[in-house]
Amino acid sequence: MLNEISFYLLAALTVACAVAAMALRRLVHCALCAAAAFAGLALIYLQLDAEFVGFAQLLVYVGAIAILIVFAVLLTRGEEAAPGGRQSSPSWISGVGIAVLLLAGLLLPILASPSLQHGAPPAPVPSVKRIGEELMTRYVLPLEMVGVLLTAALLGAVVIALREPSDGNLPGNSPAQQRAKTGEAMNL
Amino acid sequence: MLGRGILRGLIETGRNFCGSYYDPARLTTVQYPEEKLPPQENARTLPFLVYDGQDPLAGLRCTACTICEQECPAHCIRIVKDTVKKPDYLGKMQFHPKVFDIDAMVCMSCGVCVEVCPFDSIKMDRVFELAQDRRALVLHKMNLAKSNQYYREIHPTEAAAVDAARDEEQRKARAKKAAAPAILTP
Amino acid sequence: MNALDQIFVSTLHRLAGFAPASARPLVSMLLIIAGLMALFGTCFALATILERKTLGRMQNRYGPNRVGPFGLFQPIADGVKMLIKEDIVPFSADQALHFLAPLVLTVPVWLAFAVLPFGRNMSAIELDSGILFFFAIGSASELAVFMAGWSSQNKYSLLGAMRAIAQMISYEVPLVLASVPALIAAGSLSLPAIVQAQSGFALGWVPRWNVFTPWGLAGFALFLIAATAESNRCPFDLPEGESELIAGYLTEYSGFKYALFFLGEYLGLFAVTGLAVTLFLGGWQAPAPWLQWLPTWGWFALKFSALIFLFIWARATLPRLRLDQLLHFAWKFLVPLALINLVVAVAWCKSGLWQFPAALEIRWLLGAGVLAASYVGLGRSWKGGYPERRQYNYAQ
Repeated sequence: MLNEISFYLLAALTVACAVAAMALRRLVHCALCAAAAFAGLALIYLQLDAEFVGFAQLLVYVGAIAILIVFAVLLTRGEEAAPGGRQSSPSWISGVGIAVLLLAGLLLPILASPSLQHGAPPAPVPSVKRIGEELMTRYVLPLEMVGVLLTAALLGAVVIALREPSDGNLPGNSPAQQRAKTGEAMNL
Repeated sequence: MLGRGILRGLIETGRNFCGSYYDPARLTTVQYPEEKLPPQENARTLPFLVYDGQDPLAGLRCTACTICEQECPAHCIRIVKDTVKKPDYLGKMQFHPKVFDIDAMVCMSCGVCVEVCPFDSIKMDRVFELAQDRRALVLHKMNLAKSNQYYREIHPTEAAAVDAARDEEQRKARAKKAAAPAILTP
Repeated sequence: MNALDQIFVSTLHRLAGFAPASARPLVSMLLIIAGLMALFGTCFALATILERKTLGRMQNRYGPNRVGPFGLFQPIADGVKMLIKEDIVPFSADQALHFLAPLVLTVPVWLAFAVLPFGRNMSAIELDSGILFFFAIGSASELAVFMAGWSSQNKYSLLGAMRAIAQMISYEVPLVLASVPALIAAGSLSLPAIVQAQSGFALGWVPRWNVFTPWGLAGFALFLIAATAESNRCPFDLPEGESELIAGYLTEYSGFKYALFFLGEYLGLFAVTGLAVTLFLGGWQAPAPWLQWLPTWGWFALKFSALIFLFIWARATLPRLRLDQLLHFAWKFLVPLALINLVVAVAWCKSGLWQFPAALEIRWLLGAGVLAASYVGLGRSWKGGYPERRQYNYAQ
């Protein structure tokens, strides 16, 4: 009973934050409501006793991705104080139609799946040790692929960031430039 | 090696911390007003008038020559000469001031009045705890008059030099009077 | 002294026994929350005055000593001052965010105390992944910095907030990487289990704390440095120090909201110190078998106080790092060192099965050698963010 109430509350919170992330007028408010929606999801995971996933969701989504979004907002639209114009687009009917189609596409397979017919099996309490073992034995290939993908993303970010200060800022003290500077001093 | 400077800094502050409990050189705070630093002889704040002996009015050295009033760069001295003459330490009859006011707010402690006074009558005082909540910022003659004994306490070397000069003058004056024949009253 | 050791646990059970059986978990949790808040609130007040007095002594002066005996009532005076100050909110500030930022900072930090084991059987919640919980909510409080900086609608607050967030996310990486070897050695993410794994005495008298291993020593140092940076303390207090110069994300906060930020910073420091004690210093364990008469929470308190003193000592000694120096230090020095430390820790744990006579000495030499070589190597390669020295040909 308490479980259901808490689930409905958390679900309502998450959905409300997600709707707010879409509908609010100021961009920063939207970003922070998105972070709150992530936190709501994490709480739902915790309510299902999935500790590791819940805390990992908090650590990754709220602690890193939300901050990434926030930084993106700061660095690109940091100076803009006035919120945007109309919040609803002129073709909102087609938007609602697409949303209904998407919901139907997700709900119908779930409702028709056989696992809803028999009750849920008793969930194994996933200890972190078990998760670690599974990751290292059964799912080691996906783990390594994700690692490679993240490394590629990191290297790409570094390369992009390195190329920007092109006219002698912090990484611009190359030996050629140094020699040019002292050469100028020598020739008076 | 990286971190050597940090270790040296940590050792120094650690020694400060431990030493502050037993070594006075490592805790140099003087907790004013419960503790005060010993006053220095050459400190100066505001001027005061010197008087010889016990009576401030009779022994006041000032002769109201108004040189200090004219020389003061801040124009903070106001003197009104009295019409009655009094004998000074040499026996000569001198004027004395009826009003001698110093505006303590204006005085900048430059000491010019002390330098120009021919009678060693105005000297620099050392008091600094003068803050008050009444607006008694103009010091009058009776506030300013302090004894020569006090002068000797606060500026010993200066006072000794002034006293020696004055004693010399007195000795010479007495010698001259003794050498001159007495005027017999007819 | 088992009774003294478990005095808090038994008091809790007795007090919670007054409640009806259905509400007992809730009541006991409320009692724990009240106890922790009272304890760490007092700790905060004591820490402010003791820090000021210790800083004073290290700077050859007394600290505050006018209010109360030895100045010990100073926090009360400070608290009253903060409470009666006028709460000024700028007209163009984002009212909702400006109000919420101190809350979003302080609430996750209070949550962090729930998993720390303060003594035997004395952690409020025993989570299977306790340390993950700790790091997750630690990272949730960084959004508060952004909210504070943004809501002030002040260019300098915004810049200060960006720099503060950059510093905090940069130093999260060494913080987590430095704590991973302790998890590997314990084989669990749960903090009471990590403390249990450090029980026992090697050679009969050396406690098996993680700090007495080469990777533990390096990891402890890395963790402390990263913790100093995470809680914005000197020498990493660029977010706050800048507010003396231009502004920072704290500019537009006055009165009680500022006090909440201050509280959040100190509580963050306490939480991460508690974690350092748990991960590396053996938690609540006594350093020798004959010292076990002091209750376990007493040992935790002693180690905790020693680490706080270390933080205050570092604050009194070191000048502030500039932003680029700070970021270079994190990414180019601490992260490689933390990764090497991780490798050394795994090698240590795997080589724990060696049985031949000088095994311990060889393991120590290898581990300490690799770490020292990488420290010196990385130190030489890091120039502190300064460009090459210019050659002045005429001014010799």
